[in-house]
Amino acid sequence: MSLLQVESLSKKFDGLNAVDDLSFDIQPGAVHSIIGPNGAGKTTLLNLLTGIYRPSGGRIVFGEYDLTGRAPYEYAGHGIARTFQNLQVFFNMSALENVMVGRYLHERCGLASALLRGPRLARAEKVCRDEAAELMRYVGLRSYLSVAADAMPYGALKRLEIARALATKPKLMLLDEPAAGLNPTEALELDDLIGRLSERGVTVVLVEHNMRLVMGVSNHILVLDYGRKLAEGSAAAIRNDPKVIEAYLGSAVAHEDPVGGPSASAVAVAGEARR
Amino acid sequence: MPPHLASARTGGMAALATVIALLPLALSNNYFYDIAILVGLNAIVCVGLNLLIGYAGQISLGHAGFFGLGAYGSAILASRYGWPPLAAMLTTTLAVAVLAFLVGRPILRLKGHYLAMATLGLGVIIFMVITTEDKFTGGPDGIAVAPFSVGGLVLQGERIWYWLVGALLLVAVWLALNLIESPMGRALRALHSSEVGAEVVGINAADHKVMVFVISAVFASVAGSLAAHYSGFVTPGKVTFLHSIELVTMVVFGGMASTFGAVVGAAVLTTLPQLLTVFKDYEMMVFGAVMMGTMIFLPRGVVPSLARLFQPRRQEASGKEGGA
Repeated sequence: MSLLQVESLSKKFDGLNAVDDLSFDIQPGAVHSIIGPNGAGKTTLLNLLTGIYRPSGGRIVFGEYDLTGRAPYEYAGHGIARTFQNLQVFFNMSALENVMVGRYLHERCGLASALLRGPRLARAEKVCRDEAAELMRYVGLRSYLSVAADAMPYGALKRLEIARALATKPKLMLLDEPAAGLNPTEALELDDLIGRLSERGVTVVLVEHNMRLVMGVSNHILVLDYGRKLAEGSAAAIRNDPKVIEAYLGSAVAHEDPVGGPSASAVAVAGEARR
Repeated sequence: MPPHLASARTGGMAALATVIALLPLALSNNYFYDIAILVGLNAIVCVGLNLLIGYAGQISLGHAGFFGLGAYGSAILASRYGWPPLAAMLTTTLAVAVLAFLVGRPILRLKGHYLAMATLGLGVIIFMVITTEDKFTGGPDGIAVAPFSVGGLVLQGERIWYWLVGALLLVAVWLALNLIESPMGRALRALHSSEVGAEVVGINAADHKVMVFVISAVFASVAGSLAAHYSGFVTPGKVTFLHSIELVTMVVFGGMASTFGAVVGAAVLTTLPQLLTVFKDYEMMVFGAVMMGTMIFLPRGVVPSLARLFQPRRQEASGKEGGA
């Protein structure tokens, strides 16, 4: 059974169809990527899949639950977590506290116990702190354990969002352009991290422009253009799909690769060019 | 919890308790006691208001309204209907909590300036009701309030009230510090920084905003009830828009997102006008200059700015916002 089913999903903004009658399934496990030229509707789609936008039409079914029209915190409660292209870090807190906020769903307390701070809450807080620290080490932020979030470099903040999302113990994790703004070394480390997320049993949906990253880690790729599904399949199939190449290059004249089919780098370069 | 955070918290509580315990040595007459009690009551309101403004990042320009409802609720139930003062206060507090909940739901959907306008409107409506329903409230003339008593024990006189208000202020600060360091408090600070970021980790932002709005209204209402019994008389003077602004100013002056800052802000801005009477005609000018100077040189408010001075390395200061 698929983990996530999207059925003829649409989102209109003042007559513009940002996402247009889109249907696809996400199978549990593995890494799924969503690619497409800028303005193809990728970020809109992620906002729909986390309840930030309310769809104009269609359904979003997660496991056995129909989440269409629900609020973002309900999506989180069902096990969908995400990171943001434009960071949504809590800059008024320490890095560790950011991750501790991510444990909110698993450390609920009543108002009375919050105000009176009973011994049970104090113990739960200790566990929360330890687990948050463990997650920070897991994503490679060991050296930022006692640092304020507003004192961290950009690349570290991207990892911090991943740690915070992991703290919610998600079944599905949506990563919105995690490699954007990273230097090549940091981007390479990201391959490893995404691989480990997948091994941890978290299904990953990756929205990304960095084709090296996408082609390297994805088991399955969905290509969007003008809010519609252009193509879907394995990395190899997508790389050789003429429709995909045309969408990225804007014409059928593709750069031929001697091995056969245009290279991923040609697709990537063309993608950059259309920005 | 790292040790430095625990010490900032317990250290702050201990310092506040010490000040409250030793202050009577410097209070040579009832006039000074009166000012100290006024400081304590304002500080209780500000500690609650700071949870809303400083931590959750929501504004209220109508909190004098909740203070007034507390004062008039206690006054009317205790004096006109002869309720025991404690029962009158608890009933009033509950009623204010219900009102804040019902009003908070729709208006806390608004943000920024719009929320400011809505809460301002709420405060004005409460003021209008209190001044026009003179059958119950005495209108602009106000009404006399019976002294506070618990089980036959009548609490009267500045000295007794000083210890009562001092103890309640400590309780208010303790509750606020506990809340801020709980998962709920982190949720409030999170939605202040990024509402969408908070929502996607499972925090129902609307519910949390309403909850903290109700808590801050309850703090204001309790302080209002106490103020009514203490002074023995209530007038609409403390229910005005101007008093709402004074309360917000105290929070900002002392330092947003700092519980002890709220106490310091209430203390300074309550006593300063008394001290400045030596300037006679220029009193308000000097008062304004002090305010402007403070915000220019201590832009984060008194307590957080001074705390930074003594703790210049930001990296070691992480987590202090929760404890300050």
